[in-house]
Amino acid sequence: MAGFDNALGISPQVLALRSQRMNLLSANIANAETPNYKARDIDFRAAMTQASSSQEGAQLRATQANHMTGFENQMGVESDIKFRQPSSLQANGNTVETHREHAEFMDNALKYQASLNLLDSRIKGLRAAIKGE
Amino acid sequence: MSLFDSMNIASTALSAQTTRINTIASNMANANTVASTAEDTFKPRAPIFQAVLEGESDQLGVRVKSIEEIGGEARQEFEPAHPLANEEGFIYKPDIDVTQEMANMMSASRSFQSAIEVINTSKQLALRTLTLGK
Repeated sequence: MAGFDNALGISPQVLALRSQRMNLLSANIANAETPNYKARDIDFRAAMTQASSSQEGAQLRATQANHMTGFENQMGVESDIKFRQPSSLQANGNTVETHREHAEFMDNALKYQASLNLLDSRIKGLRAAIKGE
Repeated sequence: MSLFDSMNIASTALSAQTTRINTIASNMANANTVASTAEDTFKPRAPIFQAVLEGESDQLGVRVKSIEEIGGEARQEFEPAHPLANEEGFIYKPDIDVTQEMANMMSASRSFQSAIEVINTSKQLALRTLTLGK
C-alpha cells in the first residue's frame, strides 16, 4: 500500500460505474413506453477493465505534442454505452423489456451494496489502523 | 451527484404516467357523452411520450411531447326520443373502447409503480452511501 490514494482499492471506481449504470437502467425503465426509444446499457466488463487499468497508473505517456493520451477519461463510460439487443420486437420501435430492465436494476443495486460493504469495511480497517486500536 | 440523477429520471416518468392516467380518466368519464353532431362529439386523447435529456450528462428522462386525439369516427345511433337528437333522429357517441382504456390504465399504473420502485432503491443506496464508514 503505497499511499492513501490506493488504500480503498478498486471500490470507488466500482461504485461510480454502478451508479452510472443505475442511471442508464432507470432511464430505460422511465422510457419503457416511449416510441422509438432504444434501451442502453454499459459494457461493464470493458468499462471496469478500463477503470482498473487507469487506477494502476497504466497511462500512455505523451512525450510529443501529437501523442494521444489513452486513458485520460478515467471512467470512459460514455464510450462503453451500448444498445441492448431485444429478444422480441415491439410495433412502436421501442426495445425496452421492462422485466429485464427490472432484473438488471435490482442486480446492479445489490452489487452496488456489496461494493459499499467492502468500502465500508476498508474504511473501518483504516480507521482502526490510524487509531492504533 | 449521479446517484440522485436516477431519482430525477424516475420522477420524469412519474409525471408522464400521471398525465397518461389523467387522459385515460377523461376518456373513460366521457365514454357516454352524447352530442347532436359528429363534430361536437368528445374526441378521446392519448399522450405521446418522448425521451428528453435530464441533467448535464447524457441521461434520458421522459416527457409528454403532445396529447393527440385518437379513435375513429363518432358512433351514430338512432334515438329520436333523446333530447339531443338532430332532425333525422340521430345522436353521436364518442368512439371509446372502455376495455382498451382499462388495460391502458393498468399498464400506466404498472409503469408508475416501476418508477416508484426505482426511486425507493436509489434512496436506500444514497442513504447507505451517505453513512459510509460510520
